[in-house]
Amino acid sequence: MSRRVGVGLSLGVALAAGAGLLAGCGGGRGPVTLRFWAMGREGEVVQELVRDFEREHPDIRVVVQQIPWGAAHEKLLTAHVGRSTPDAAQLGNTWVAEFAALRAIAPLDGRVAASAVVTRDAHFPGIWDTNVIDGVVYGVPWYVDTRVLFYRRDLLAAAGYDSVPGDWAGWRQAMTAMVRAGGPGRTAIFLPTNEYTPWIVFGLQAGSTLLKDDDTRGDFSGAAYREAAAYFLDLFRRGLAPTVTGQAIANLYQEFERGTFGMYISGPWNLGEFRRRLAPEMQDAWAVAPLPGPRGPASGVSTAGGSSLVIFRASRHPEAAWRLVEFLSRPEQQLRFYALTGDLPAVRAAWRDSALANDPHLRVFATQLERVVSTPKVPEWENISIKLQYAVEAMVLGGAPADSTLAALDRDVDRILEKRRWLVARGRAAPGRAAGEGRR
Amino acid sequence: MRAGGEARQHRAGWAFVAPALTLIGLFFFLPVLAGLVLSFTDFDIYAIGQPDVARFVGVRNYAQVLANPLFWQALWNTFYFVLVGGPLSVLASLVAALLVSSRLARFPGLFRSIYFMPVVTTLVAVAIVWRYLYHPQYGLLNWALGQAGLGPVDWLGDARTAMLAIILMAVWKNFGYNMLIFVAGLQSIPEELYEAAALDGASPWQRFLHVTLPGLAPTFLFVGIMTMLGNFQLFSEPYVMTQGGPLRATTTVVLLMYEEGFRWWRMGMAAAIAFVLFVIMLVGTLGQMRLARERR
Repeated sequence: MSRRVGVGLSLGVALAAGAGLLAGCGGGRGPVTLRFWAMGREGEVVQELVRDFEREHPDIRVVVQQIPWGAAHEKLLTAHVGRSTPDAAQLGNTWVAEFAALRAIAPLDGRVAASAVVTRDAHFPGIWDTNVIDGVVYGVPWYVDTRVLFYRRDLLAAAGYDSVPGDWAGWRQAMTAMVRAGGPGRTAIFLPTNEYTPWIVFGLQAGSTLLKDDDTRGDFSGAAYREAAAYFLDLFRRGLAPTVTGQAIANLYQEFERGTFGMYISGPWNLGEFRRRLAPEMQDAWAVAPLPGPRGPASGVSTAGGSSLVIFRASRHPEAAWRLVEFLSRPEQQLRFYALTGDLPAVRAAWRDSALANDPHLRVFATQLERVVSTPKVPEWENISIKLQYAVEAMVLGGAPADSTLAALDRDVDRILEKRRWLVARGRAAPGRAAGEGRR
Repeated sequence: MRAGGEARQHRAGWAFVAPALTLIGLFFFLPVLAGLVLSFTDFDIYAIGQPDVARFVGVRNYAQVLANPLFWQALWNTFYFVLVGGPLSVLASLVAALLVSSRLARFPGLFRSIYFMPVVTTLVAVAIVWRYLYHPQYGLLNWALGQAGLGPVDWLGDARTAMLAIILMAVWKNFGYNMLIFVAGLQSIPEELYEAAALDGASPWQRFLHVTLPGLAPTFLFVGIMTMLGNFQLFSEPYVMTQGGPLRATTTVVLLMYEEGFRWWRMGMAAAIAFVLFVIMLVGTLGQMRLARERR
């Protein structure tokens, strides 16, 4: 597979080089060839949108390279090291900080300021913020993703609730009532310990910034995260969440249908899965709700996920690449993209379309998207998330005491961030203002 | 006159090996040296963006590797694979070699090819098939266990069995290669020795013990060392089948190195892990060679 990609890559390089030559001969009048990388299903579908872009811009040709999600991160990094990055690409928005630190992607502030289509106000503020590293915009949200609460309406009703309470205390009472009404063998919520997202979400809700001191030290032993940990560990201790590894629940949908648990925190991709995999008579029995928060609905924040469009510094056609980014950001293209992939539009105007506005599940997502918070935007973040996951695993499955485990986690995180501290102390951490700026 | 000719011969000799030496130097010794230098730096993702922020950190990477519990777990997993999978693999190869070399065997060429087939099959394809075999609900292996009245085992999902499952697959995939080497070793044992032993009244088992095994001693040394070296570098099987999980039970040293280097981009740390593994493998190889020399 990698060889095929390699061939495609060199072909793309050859094409680009050829286009460059043509442009040189024709005094800049020849067609420009843009190389655009997109992942998985998005890469497949975007081809259709790109054809229309080419019709609008006869002077630009777009070569779409589809790369599998699993290999995307590696491919992009090796492309950067090997100086063969495309002109533009789709980038998971949690990767933006990393590629900015690598000096691989270009700042977009000037272009955004001059654009009528791509503006800060057109997007969800929390999602937009994930693309802003040290005050500089590096990406434009393409589609968005967040987590909400999937729950069994019938089980909640049997426990005496007609909706999910918006605050932590009420939520816990509702879960306790669900377990009591369900009888032995029932739990209320499934929180898989082999994922790190729930533990990040609880922390963000409690108001923790997760990292402190300009993102150079862990803040998991801080008061806010300790409050979050106390809450979710308590759910396990009271038997409201099953104390098992993620693998032990072999078929999530089956167990949800059986009522083994009645709540589950998940993202938009599971809307389709729940429709497809649950029995037809179950379809009215489940719903989604915005996440409850410690101090009411407004504190019920969630993760700011999704993918962004970025332009690489090494691109020789940043103008044309920006035109593609603008094209893909138009509300009608965002809607088309939603229809083709099911990916939620990043542009708020698209959400006013009846296809989205009339769907009760999507309305919940729209509410949640107004309350999303970015995780720390440092290249080390994914590594830190995994450390957090191990720490929670040790507390939930191994019964490790919370205070000492979180303190040990902070020590681990501080070690991971040692280099960043050193860079920040020298003013070298911010990619946009670095000394080596503009060398490439 | 004579001395001049010798010098010319020397020069010719050097000229002949020069291309190979250049290539080895350029593509082997130079990168190894660069890797060694790298292992004393904190070359990381920031340094890829701005090379001047890489720092010399002395032996800090080595100290951190040795202080990292994950490294020790990976080392333990790797040793588990080397010490269980290695002998198992050699044994399987030897048995297969004896079977296909037996005079009673029909179509030995055909069987040799069949046993060799897994070696030349793409690992990813093999891994996908084995994942089906290991499937907790629909897998052939669990079906067989069910027939014997044993409960289903989640081979790849259970931390206790995952490495065992990887070993089984790796042995199946690789025994054909060593089998061919054993077949060659068996053919180099003179037929007269067997005849003489038979005349002296040795049973087939005695002939195997006192003629075949000593005759295969050099082959054993070669196969043993090569298998050990290969097993210490176990990477693709867990990378494809389990990604190092569950609960890190199949994270090997090389997988850990890959993660440090190409997932977290801590190149200095990854290089340090590589050199620690190199030292361990060197000690292992020297140990095996000494063992073989003492026996002789």
